[in-house]
Amino acid sequence: MVGQSRLRRGLVAAMFLGPSLLPLALFTLGPMAASLVISLLRWDLLRPPRWKGLGNYALLLNDPDFHAAIQHTLFFIGGYLPLVFIGGLLIALGLNQRIRGLSFFRTVYFLPVVTSWVVVAFMWRWLLNPNSGIVNYLLGLVGIHGPGWWTDPAWAMPSIILATAWKDLGFVMMILLAGLQAIPEDYYEAAAVDGAGRWAKFRYITLPLLSPASFFVVVISLINGFQIFDQVYVMTGGGPVGASSVVVLQIVQNAFSFGLVGYASAMSWVLFAAILLITLVQFQLQRRWVTYA
Amino acid sequence: MRSVQAPPTLTLPREGGGNSPAAAWVEEPPTPTLPRKGGGSKFQLHHGILYVLLAVGSVVMLFPFLWMVATSLKVDQQLFTTPPQLIPSPFAPENYKTVIDAFPVGQFLINSVIVAAFSTTLQVLTSAMAAYAFARLRFRGRDALFLVYLATLMIPFQATIVPLFVEMRFLGFVNSYPGLILPTIASAFGTFLLRQAFLGLPYELEEAAFMDGASHWTVFRRIVLPLSKPALATFAIFAFMASWNSFLWPLVVISSQNLMTLPVGLANLHGRYSTAWNLVMAGATISVIPILAVYIAAQKQVIRSVALSGIKG
Repeated sequence: MVGQSRLRRGLVAAMFLGPSLLPLALFTLGPMAASLVISLLRWDLLRPPRWKGLGNYALLLNDPDFHAAIQHTLFFIGGYLPLVFIGGLLIALGLNQRIRGLSFFRTVYFLPVVTSWVVVAFMWRWLLNPNSGIVNYLLGLVGIHGPGWWTDPAWAMPSIILATAWKDLGFVMMILLAGLQAIPEDYYEAAAVDGAGRWAKFRYITLPLLSPASFFVVVISLINGFQIFDQVYVMTGGGPVGASSVVVLQIVQNAFSFGLVGYASAMSWVLFAAILLITLVQFQLQRRWVTYA
Repeated sequence: MRSVQAPPTLTLPREGGGNSPAAAWVEEPPTPTLPRKGGGSKFQLHHGILYVLLAVGSVVMLFPFLWMVATSLKVDQQLFTTPPQLIPSPFAPENYKTVIDAFPVGQFLINSVIVAAFSTTLQVLTSAMAAYAFARLRFRGRDALFLVYLATLMIPFQATIVPLFVEMRFLGFVNSYPGLILPTIASAFGTFLLRQAFLGLPYELEEAAFMDGASHWTVFRRIVLPLSKPALATFAIFAFMASWNSFLWPLVVISSQNLMTLPVGLANLHGRYSTAWNLVMAGATISVIPILAVYIAAQKQVIRSVALSGIKG
């Protein structure tokens, strides 16, 4: 009887879990494991694969395109993160006051977050059109000769940074606003009793108590930063002359245009490892700057 | 890894006041009726500046949308005029007709709806069932299996795309609806989210039902699901938006035009009309309407679901 009821419990669990576990195994875990094997092959999807060992990884070490892609990614993060964080923080601070119309502003700032990247990338490609874009027209009004934006190798990545920061501002604002609203008012009142000014309150109460939310924003932004693809594909296609090529774009190109499936898989694993490592380092570093009340 | 845990929220009361236990240590209890920031005219002035700044910010956020719609209604000659005109004259709604005639935009729309409907429904169903198993059933290896789910959260989709394509090709699903939908029918994130929700439900109702001889399936359908509607809605909206805006996988797995979803079809449109910005913007406007409608209709849920997950379009 005991054995039977254990069997029964197992069957019930299998019934509830199967529909989720099977697809996850087939379409996420399986491919992840397979990708490790494929990264050790030379394979163009047409002819039978041949063993290559660690050759693909060795190739990565000396591939100038891959190195450039990593540089572009770091450049992207270096420009994007401060922009979106400071912008999001300012808006969150503004919306954390007792003002009317809060929900209107929140709706507006969040609008780009729900819009698909293809649409946003079109908008910005058109806004930043070097000759007839409205941004360069407005810059011209104040006497600035606007750059070539996505047509200029030096400005392609900044164009992508600008569009991405604009799209993600509402998301960062939302996370930070939730963090701000979780700070107990008592702390400010107590500080006021002790004669603390605005800046002191911000520096010694708001910033430390906001640090868990800030940490979340930084972790998510770095993870997403390493995975950018949609906006690059639509806005610049990685160009001009590879000036804005990023890792995921090269994975797609290598696998589906150049027939280097093994090489693309090796890139995927390096990307995954890098994201994992950076996230782990962040969780280590958080002890130094994140305050949990 | 889209769901690093949300920042821990503090449970202390929002309005301090003297009667809150958290404020007990404050020597002089502050008067709760005092406004937080200054008072009188200074208060007004600060808010005035704040409104101006927030309004300027709103213009920055809204203008690209307005410009998209304005551009979509302009005739070719008006696209490149200096200075640029905000109001199209003459109005050219025929741009929409041109786009719809030249491109199967209706078909793109239908494809997006089909994919999003299947993907969302199946994801919510499979995740809810798995979440019930993790929250309410006892079986061997449950905790180890749950760890596997958590580990799955950390795998970026981009890292699996190449073998996934190979697998779909092997199964004969490249360039088909199953190819688009199958990889999205289960979600470790959804399982995690719904398990948390189910764990918060009281056991009493379920115990009473079991006394009456109900099966787990009955309890799941008749008690747990109805009581978890907010969590289910949050996850459904998340899944819908992820599907609607998804770009990389549909781009890779679909090659024939009549199977393309809106984002991929739109990217193709731009390839064809690289300088006809009025037509491109007409296509973009069509594709953005459904998602904006969902957003306006279910704003709070949308914001909550996005904030929970760290999703990026």
